[in-house]
Amino acid sequence: MSEITLDTLKPGDLARITKMRVKGPARRKLFDMGMVAGSEIELVRTAPLGDPIEFQIKGYHLSIRKEEASQIFVQKIE
Amino acid sequence: MENTKIRVALAGNPNVGKTTLFNAITGSRQHVGNWPGVTVEKKTGIRSYRGYDIEVTDLPGTYSLTAYSLDEIVARDYIIEEKPDIVIQIIDASNLERNLYLTTQLMELETEMIIALNMCDLALERGDKLYIDRMQEILAAPIVQTVASRDIGINELLDRVIEQKYNDKYHGREIGYGDIIESKVLEIEKILLTDPELSKRYPLRWMSIKLLEGDRNVRTKVGKSHVSAAINELLASIDQEEYEADIADKRYVAINAIFPQMCTRCNVRMTKSDMIDRVLTNKYLGIPIFLALMWGAFELTFAFATPFTDMIERIFLWLAVNVTSRLEPEWLASLIGDGIIGGVGAVLTFVPNIFILFFLLSLLEGSGYLARAAFIMDRLMYKIGMHGKSFIPLLMGFGCNVPAIMATRSIEDEKDRLITILVVPFVSCGARLPIYILLAGAFFGRQAGTVVFFMYVLGIVVAVISAKLLRSTIVKGKPAPFIMEMPPYRVPTLRTSIVHMWDNGAMYIKKAGTLILIGVVIIWLLASFPWGIEYGSEESYVGMMGHFFAPLLEPLGFDWKMTVALVFGLVAKEIVVASMGVLYGAGDSPEALTASLLADPAVTALSALSLMVFSLLYMPCVATLGVIKKETGSWKWTAFALAYGIAVAWIMAFFVYQGGKLLGY
Repeated sequence: MSEITLDTLKPGDLARITKMRVKGPARRKLFDMGMVAGSEIELVRTAPLGDPIEFQIKGYHLSIRKEEASQIFVQKIE
Repeated sequence: MENTKIRVALAGNPNVGKTTLFNAITGSRQHVGNWPGVTVEKKTGIRSYRGYDIEVTDLPGTYSLTAYSLDEIVARDYIIEEKPDIVIQIIDASNLERNLYLTTQLMELETEMIIALNMCDLALERGDKLYIDRMQEILAAPIVQTVASRDIGINELLDRVIEQKYNDKYHGREIGYGDIIESKVLEIEKILLTDPELSKRYPLRWMSIKLLEGDRNVRTKVGKSHVSAAINELLASIDQEEYEADIADKRYVAINAIFPQMCTRCNVRMTKSDMIDRVLTNKYLGIPIFLALMWGAFELTFAFATPFTDMIERIFLWLAVNVTSRLEPEWLASLIGDGIIGGVGAVLTFVPNIFILFFLLSLLEGSGYLARAAFIMDRLMYKIGMHGKSFIPLLMGFGCNVPAIMATRSIEDEKDRLITILVVPFVSCGARLPIYILLAGAFFGRQAGTVVFFMYVLGIVVAVISAKLLRSTIVKGKPAPFIMEMPPYRVPTLRTSIVHMWDNGAMYIKKAGTLILIGVVIIWLLASFPWGIEYGSEESYVGMMGHFFAPLLEPLGFDWKMTVALVFGLVAKEIVVASMGVLYGAGDSPEALTASLLADPAVTALSALSLMVFSLLYMPCVATLGVIKKETGSWKWTAFALAYGIAVAWIMAFFVYQGGKLLGY
């Protein structure tokens, strides 16, 4: 199955994280917030101005910017 | 007999009801201060219970205990260095999985732990099944179910605190990280063990894990030890980034293994919140609703505050009249009447506004909407070099810059916060409005409304340009990444909002009160001496200052009287109007002042406009400067705010005045 990045999901799409390529201090923070390989993640909605994006992960809702989301690789779960 | 003291620390994720629990335990016996050396707020409180004095320290809300943010460092350093008797972790029962991530790290600090499982009612209501006994067994820590917003479970929690202090039945359960990591942990531990100083002071397993994770803060702790070379050598041989990812991953793996035994049918969607968000963060409705809410908040603030403001104004007017007419000698009457009562009165009229503003802010925060506000505005704010969280503080600036700067505390990133603090003073606060009303009213007739509106827009434009400018010069770098939990919507707790309002309002009165009193006395001295001159006249020191500075301000179209009024305005901007009243001999009557301004050939419509621009930008009032010092913890940045404001004001007013003259006005 093909790997895509988190920011290309549509609202309601469910996926599994395969690789977290974000660098810098955000990397650590994203790990702590549950963005680890293997986590299931769903795109909930996009902010009215198109950025950031809200996801559901580990049973709660988390928003991140497209910039970071485009560094997180996922596999879609059909 | 003296009560036995038990020191308790409250830890937990943000948005789990930590503050509510803290208030429920300690009631009104609280003390708000700062953690030593940093600008993170520290709250402590004492509760006397069954012959014990339970001293509670509210640690900053964190998701983790890395060196990622100041909050996390403060929280873990308190636990390691100050060694509280008990650490209570407040866990949101409806969000176990992520909350347990912090638990795994707290347990590594080898402290006595109790878990307060908060908001159980919400979890049960939506159909979660919680197995408390099993949870207690697995985590090896006592668990108390609480609903802090309704005071449920508080006494039981305190009972457990006392029990746990004398009975270490539970030791907490640490998780394992698998062969590869564990063998490295052992290796490091062995090295650390050779330094008795370190092994006495810190939990070594924790230290080893943190070193593997590449934690800079822990590395400095080891830095002075003789083992530091051996540690560095070992760490250089491994791929730390890999370890960092692995360790976080293993924590979640461990949680995944135990979590289904503690709770079934958990992880259902937050349907109610989702439905609300479908409207409040809707693509088309989100922004209009946001703006309407903010507008409503301001309307509400002024509607509620106006009767109180009027009352305070009347009281101070009455005081001024009566005190001045009765007090002897005359200079004392003048000091108290013209100086202190006038100045302090001007500040106190803002108190009702500020209290209500803080109350509403706390309601927005408690409801969960504040996170949505940042979510909605982030794109726009990011474009001008700021963070979504900067928007609300900037908006509050229209009411008063002081609470606005205090509200920047919700911004974690130091640089983001600094920029916001530095640009807030350009947002036109309520105290500047009387200046516009007077001058625009006198010189611009039917265009007055447009001119006032232009002043507000100018303030915003200068704030935006300043933010961009600061980002590309002295506060380099991009805004911090936006990584933010969207907590479920909740009904805010009234008590928490009232405590929040009270703490911050009291701080304003204390801070503003002291600084403004000092400012007022200095200005009064300058306006009253040398001995025997008329108050605030040309011969007074302040008049001399006016003449001295006038050449500097002459290119802006100001004469010495306007300069003096601006000097007075340093204390609080609304004093500019009152002091113009004095300088033009018009007293308190706005009609008389308007007439004498119009009659003065030195004041034209153009110089009036220039004066408005200058008043808007020239410098934060002393109360704002005081709070900038407090929140940045730096005289350097306070001085910068002052100098930058004056420079910007001068340049803008220069362009307005000289440009206007060129255009033939």
